[in-house]
Amino acid sequence: MTRYLSIFLTFARACLVRDMTFRANFVLECVTSLGWMAMNLAFYLLVFTFTPEIGLGTGWTKEPFFAFVATGMIINSIVQALFMPSAEELTEMVRTGGLDGILVQPLDAQFLLSMHRVDFSAFANGLVGVGLLCWAIPRLPQPPHPVAILLYPLLIACGVAILYSLVIMLAAATIHLGRNQSLYDFWFYLTNFSRYPAEIYSGPWGGPLRALCTFVIPILLVVNVPARVIAQPLTEQGGMMVAGTVFAAGAALVISRWVFQAALSKYRSASS
Amino acid sequence: MTSAASHSAPSGFLARRLQGLRVWWTMLVICLEERLVYRGDFVLGTLMRFLPIVTQVFLWTAVFGATSTGSIAGYSRNDIVAYYLLTMVSRAFSSMPGLASGIARSIRDGSIKKYLVQPVDYVGYLLAARIAHKLVYYAVATLPFAGVFLFCREYFPPIPDWTTLGAFLLSLVLSFLLGFFMEATLGMLGFWFLEVSSIVFAYMLVQYMLSGHMFPLDMLSGIPTGVAGVSVADVVRFLPFEYTAYFPAAVWLGKVQGAELVRSLLVEAAWVGVMIVACRVAWWRGTRRYSAFGG
Repeated sequence: MTRYLSIFLTFARACLVRDMTFRANFVLECVTSLGWMAMNLAFYLLVFTFTPEIGLGTGWTKEPFFAFVATGMIINSIVQALFMPSAEELTEMVRTGGLDGILVQPLDAQFLLSMHRVDFSAFANGLVGVGLLCWAIPRLPQPPHPVAILLYPLLIACGVAILYSLVIMLAAATIHLGRNQSLYDFWFYLTNFSRYPAEIYSGPWGGPLRALCTFVIPILLVVNVPARVIAQPLTEQGGMMVAGTVFAAGAALVISRWVFQAALSKYRSASS
Repeated sequence: MTSAASHSAPSGFLARRLQGLRVWWTMLVICLEERLVYRGDFVLGTLMRFLPIVTQVFLWTAVFGATSTGSIAGYSRNDIVAYYLLTMVSRAFSSMPGLASGIARSIRDGSIKKYLVQPVDYVGYLLAARIAHKLVYYAVATLPFAGVFLFCREYFPPIPDWTTLGAFLLSLVLSFLLGFFMEATLGMLGFWFLEVSSIVFAYMLVQYMLSGHMFPLDMLSGIPTGVAGVSVADVVRFLPFEYTAYFPAAVWLGKVQGAELVRSLLVEAAWVGVMIVACRVAWWRGTRRYSAFGG
């Protein structure tokens, strides 16, 4: 474990050195990334000019909703910074045969393929998320419970673990498809479901969709549970959701590991 | 002699035209085959574009559920759902994934030089490739589109009259051309900057918001700019972006009618003309400053 941590830190250092070599590009990437976030925040502000809350009686008024958005920004920035750049590279490695070089390394292939590249510019969104959270928390109708503040980092980690598992499973699909240029798009569209409070998924179609995105692909647990814990009063149902999220994160990691290994066993080299 | 020349001139012209068409057809077929090599990826990419609509439908249903008003910026809840679905159609025509970055990459890695020495017009080749991409996309997407629209038919107003339908189709064709030439021009900035990924991303952000893809632009009518009597929507209307998503959807929904419809179509056509010229000028000036090394 220490060895892997040391290797990961070496990868991170190398990526940071590379990013700092092209500082102007790094700053531009941060700015464009922040631009995307600013645009989304502008959209939410626009929505709140038409409505006092997202869904009648849900409690997702402006400040709690912005705490929700901030939580999503923090989780997504961690995944985008640590895992997405490597997963995207895998799609080309499969097609070009570059994966062969990884498989003969004396290291765990999943570790090497999912964590060898770090995009430091993606952390910019996370910092904005932390800032937004700091703005929203004092303005919440009810201040967060001390237990909620303790649970929040754990639930953020669970959210990251669930998204990481999804990224790994999508990357594994590359091996079957031969090429998966849509990996990033698919991940974006899938995580789109987690960008809003689960309460919006109601009615004859929303109910089953909510169940699907909670129990089958637990994407709705990723942001909803930590955001609910910090932005809304703790309830008994909330406690069950916390336990469920921890369980889902563990299960997602195990299943994604199995899917990835199964996909690797089907890999046929593309190089000569 | 004069008679023979007058006979051979038109046939020579015809032969050249036929040869040109043959080249175009060959390029189209090659691009179609290329698209169909990775079918799984293509089908996956096509189908998942519907996913964001689902969240938007639920979001706006929740927003309307929490308000006492039945209309936001002139849109009922059904109008909003129909609007988002129609912008999907607009974007199916106007979005050009990978076009600008592909041009910039071929400038950077030098592969563009083969188009400089071959008797093939690079912009024409890219246009043929994009038409091929779109044809495959429509072949794959027509069924899911038809299914989704049939499923959501209750959200739509009655099918418009033939004139509106014609204007809608024309606006879609123009949006394809506008999207293509805007992105191609952007890609040709690679002659000056080499790395344009950040510029492309910034363009995509602006495009996403100001095209009406994110929300109906009419919602900006109530947002002041600071200048008396001028809203943000008024400023956005001066830009070409709305024609790549908002405008075709607004035509179908009857938000733009009569003289305003004709005027808007003419403005859209004018924007296409402007972008064709900009693209050609960028290509002409760019290739004159371009230098490639190596074999």
